[in-house]
Amino acid sequence: MKMDENVIAFEKNQPIETDIVIVGAGPVGLFAVFEAGLLGLKCHLIDNLDKVGGQCAELYPEKPIYDIPARPHCTGQELVDDLMKQAEPFEPVYHLNQQADSLSKMEDGRWRLETSTGTVFHATVIVIAAGAGSFVPRRPPLENLEQYEDSSIFYAVRRMEAMRDKRIVIAGGGDSALDWTLSLHPLASQVTLIHRRDQFRAAPDSVEKMRQLVANDEINLQIGQLKELKGSGGQLEAVQVKGADGEMHEVPCDVLLPFYGLKMELGPIAEWGLNLDRDLITVDTEKFETSVPGIFAIGDINYYPGKLKLILSGFHEAALMAQQAFRYCRPDEKLVFRYTTSSTDLQKKLGVI
Amino acid sequence: MSYIVVVDREGQEHRLDALNGWRIMEIIRDHELPIKGECGGCCSCATCHVYVDEDWQGRLPRREDEEDEMLDEAFGVEDNSRLSCQILFSEELEGLRVYLAPEGV
Ligand SMILES: Cc1cc2nc3c(=O)[nH]c(=O)nc-3n(C[C@H](O)[C@H](O)[C@H](O)COP(=O)(O)OP(=O)(O)OC[C@H]3O[C@@H](n4cnc5c(N)ncnc54)[C@H](O)[C@@H]3O)c2cc1C
Ligand code: FES
Repeated sequence: MKMDENVIAFEKNQPIETDIVIVGAGPVGLFAVFEAGLLGLKCHLIDNLDKVGGQCAELYPEKPIYDIPARPHCTGQELVDDLMKQAEPFEPVYHLNQQADSLSKMEDGRWRLETSTGTVFHATVIVIAAGAGSFVPRRPPLENLEQYEDSSIFYAVRRMEAMRDKRIVIAGGGDSALDWTLSLHPLASQVTLIHRRDQFRAAPDSVEKMRQLVANDEINLQIGQLKELKGSGGQLEAVQVKGADGEMHEVPCDVLLPFYGLKMELGPIAEWGLNLDRDLITVDTEKFETSVPGIFAIGDINYYPGKLKLILSGFHEAALMAQQAFRYCRPDEKLVFRYTTSSTDLQKKLGVI
Repeated sequence: MSYIVVVDREGQEHRLDALNGWRIMEIIRDHELPIKGECGGCCSCATCHVYVDEDWQGRLPRREDEEDEMLDEAFGVEDNSRLSCQILFSEELEGLRVYLAPEGV
């Protein structure tokens, strides 16, 4: 689905006031928008990824799912698209490319949540739908890696200009590796692309362009794998590459950009003072609330006896969570149980009448 | 009971009971050895990377293109590298020996 104008990538520091902030825009976070919306609660979602849909969109968009009730078959992306459509009447706002970072309680009892890019929210309820954690770059297991990170080794290029006249080594064979090879070569003094085999999973057009640059001697392509980092004081000087022939080759290098895909990591949520059980947040099974009142955890991120990490379970958890969230957000209003089939009030909210 | 042998990253050997039709990744994870298998065996994560013992290399079905592509996201890939979720255990693999590969950090 094409991102619409609800998607905001960058914003000012003005706090955003809302009923609920949902950390994680995976399938479960998306359905929580719907369940909260039926009760008249407004949601903002935060996700580290550049797209909505969590694991379904990032790990298996094209693969089939067979165990969603009344959906005999759909792909990961189809499920996400339909969940977005279902949530649409409630006008969720997506804040992508940022990690929910710090959480604190305000004097009025509400929560203040700030993201890695400085977006600030004031919300009555926090819903953690963070799956197995945020998707972050996978870091190569090389000796002294930390010593060079953020000075010579980067997993994303924030400022192109910082790459000017550098000897850059890019590792990986996917779209990120190829895209950066193509966009950095005019700036850099030298670009070497390192990949374990002479085949690339990137867009054919990028592969074609890269091959052309190699043929013209404008960039180097080295088939092999990173084995060792060389340098001092946080400044890389070279990397050792083990070639397909088993021989070691030294490649001069000021900046290394490794692109080995993403992994999931609990991240800052671990510091929010919630009860954890091996990187999962423990909740009750009535409201799916954490050890801290007003903070809920639903979907793959939570743990309770009998938990099954299925999308189905997350949907159920979202519905029950919303009931309690309503009590926090609208303490003076009475909650009535209604069906979407018969309630004109719900149908109005859904925009179908 | 059928079994496989798994050598962990410290060089410790483990003899694991194996069931027909289980993925090697599932057998390793079921015994709580440190293998992530983040995608549950869908060939989508490369966190189930192992090295197959040389004696066994020729006796396994070859890796498919999809598996080879996913290995691009693994580290220290060798000729005997496999994603262990792509190998199903069967009686012919009785005694199969694999080594856990280094993980990303
Ligand atoms: C290959 C594969 C196949 C699967 N097949 C099935 C199936 O057939 N049926 C089934 O029911 N389940 C299946 N699953 C499991 C299913 O995908 C998960 O149960 C589901 O995605 C969980 O949804 P979620 O919304 O809880 O979390 P996720 O989908 O993991 O989404 C969580 C999101 O939160 C974000 N996030 C986390 N922390 C932060 C933070 N601090 N700041 C910002 N963002 C953050 C992450 O970036 C992520 O996008 C499969 C999983 C995989 C990998
Ligand atoms: S478990 Fe993910 S690729 Fe094997």
